[in-house]
Amino acid sequence: MAPDIHRAIDAVWRIESARLIAGLTRIVREVGLAEDLAQGALVAALEQWPESGIPDNPGAWLMATAKHHAVDLIRRNVRLERKTEELGRALEIEQELTVPDFDAIREDDIDDDLLRLMFISCHPVLSTEARAALTLRLLGGLTTDEIARAFLVPEPTIAQRIVRAKRALAGARVPFEVPQGADRAARLSSVLEVIYLIFNEGYTATAGDDWTRPALCEDALRLGRVLAELIPNEPEVHGLVALMELQASRLRARVGPSGEPILLFDQNRARWDQLLIQRGFAALRRAEQLGGAFGPYVLQAAIAACHARARTPEETDWQRIVALYDALAQLTPSPIVELNRAVAVAMAFDPAAGLESVDALTSEPSLEHYHLLPTVRGDLLAKLGRLDEARTEFERAAALTRNERERELLLERARAAELEQRS
Amino acid sequence: MRYLMYTIGDDSVPIPPPSPEEMAEMGKFMGEATKAGVLLATGGMAPRSQGTTVRFSDGKFTVTDGPYAEAKELIGGWALVQVASKAEAIDWAKRFLRIVGRGESRIRQVFGPEDMEPKRA
Repeated sequence: MAPDIHRAIDAVWRIESARLIAGLTRIVREVGLAEDLAQGALVAALEQWPESGIPDNPGAWLMATAKHHAVDLIRRNVRLERKTEELGRALEIEQELTVPDFDAIREDDIDDDLLRLMFISCHPVLSTEARAALTLRLLGGLTTDEIARAFLVPEPTIAQRIVRAKRALAGARVPFEVPQGADRAARLSSVLEVIYLIFNEGYTATAGDDWTRPALCEDALRLGRVLAELIPNEPEVHGLVALMELQASRLRARVGPSGEPILLFDQNRARWDQLLIQRGFAALRRAEQLGGAFGPYVLQAAIAACHARARTPEETDWQRIVALYDALAQLTPSPIVELNRAVAVAMAFDPAAGLESVDALTSEPSLEHYHLLPTVRGDLLAKLGRLDEARTEFERAAALTRNERERELLLERARAAELEQRS
Repeated sequence: MRYLMYTIGDDSVPIPPPSPEEMAEMGKFMGEATKAGVLLATGGMAPRSQGTTVRFSDGKFTVTDGPYAEAKELIGGWALVQVASKAEAIDWAKRFLRIVGRGESRIRQVFGPEDMEPKRA
């Protein structure tokens, strides 16, 4: 088979698969079966398109093929098990197949299906890892192999994770719906959490020697942008998109020529991507215009926007950042937020004030193995001229980080503190 | 990966301002690509006759209007998309051309952060 057509079919799959699986889930009421049917249609396309060429409307072709498979499958089940209610469903699907023009299916319906699929993939009955894998698979159009490579785990692990997730959804009889009422906020925050987790997995590899895996950032951004169009009235969705656009704008600047990480303060801001910064500002404005109190993502995006607006670290509106962290600490209290707030306090006021806040965190058990605590502490101690203590902290941070290149950077800072002390 | 897609027109045939139908077609494409999360930015180009060329050689600048005639191609509108592969960019170009009915679209990769990434050992 010509590789070109293979690549073209892959591209069609990337674009169409989420809508295809979403539409099929509405009909067959089970996400696992829907995905099997969609995959079956893909196999048919791989067999037929090299001969026939890619149809004019490949999405409609895939949907029609998958529906035929669905009818066959349900009929076979009916014959085997004599389930009369299943026969009714087969007839319904046949009816849908007779709709002459698939474009006539209302766009809104497809959008609703896509949104339902997002909520299902991020359902709380699944582990966070399973949610991320399933979301990339069903909504991102990634293959199991691509997901495995992105998360640095063996392919069978991801395959099994996805199989189990689909089984868990079927077992829990999770309905294919957009949650309403009291449930909605919690379910939406699960969706946002999964997208942000995917983004962060790409933004900072937690292990290994690869600082960033930007393809995952792009996948997450794409999912976020899609979600923002599906539910444009949720400020937090725009907040998340803004946060990701703004963070992604620094991707190019945060890795040095030999792959070493460059921290925010030391980045060459001319290398920040102005297009993504502007997109981030625009998404933040959309969130703000919707009104209401800022949620955690809008607050974090607002903080990122303060950095994006400043031409130098010193020009940053650190006092506003402290205020935003105060608000964030109230909404989502966490030692990590406190640590970030301490950095902002040190910049807005003085290093001693920042160090005081950091010292309050040293007994925090959840930060015991968190390398950024000694990193920040070392940084502030160095600024205050307490170089011996600074060196110890950098060394401790180096021992804690799982990122090879970050370890090198920290050891370098430890050596620098030592040299400065001697001179 | 980022790709710049731009339409090519023939400069010898004056291009009339876009009709309301064409504007609606463009809007439809932009809506589709935005909903799919791939569209980063779009824009249109003023006629080349309104353009200016700035040259620098042997330490001297020359600024001239145009070019008017020597080039055979004219860039019309452009769209910057973020997609997973070149094949996907091609697919989006097809979708665009299908909406507008006819024409020619060119695709060029624009280097993004991922192209600056140090290669894995």
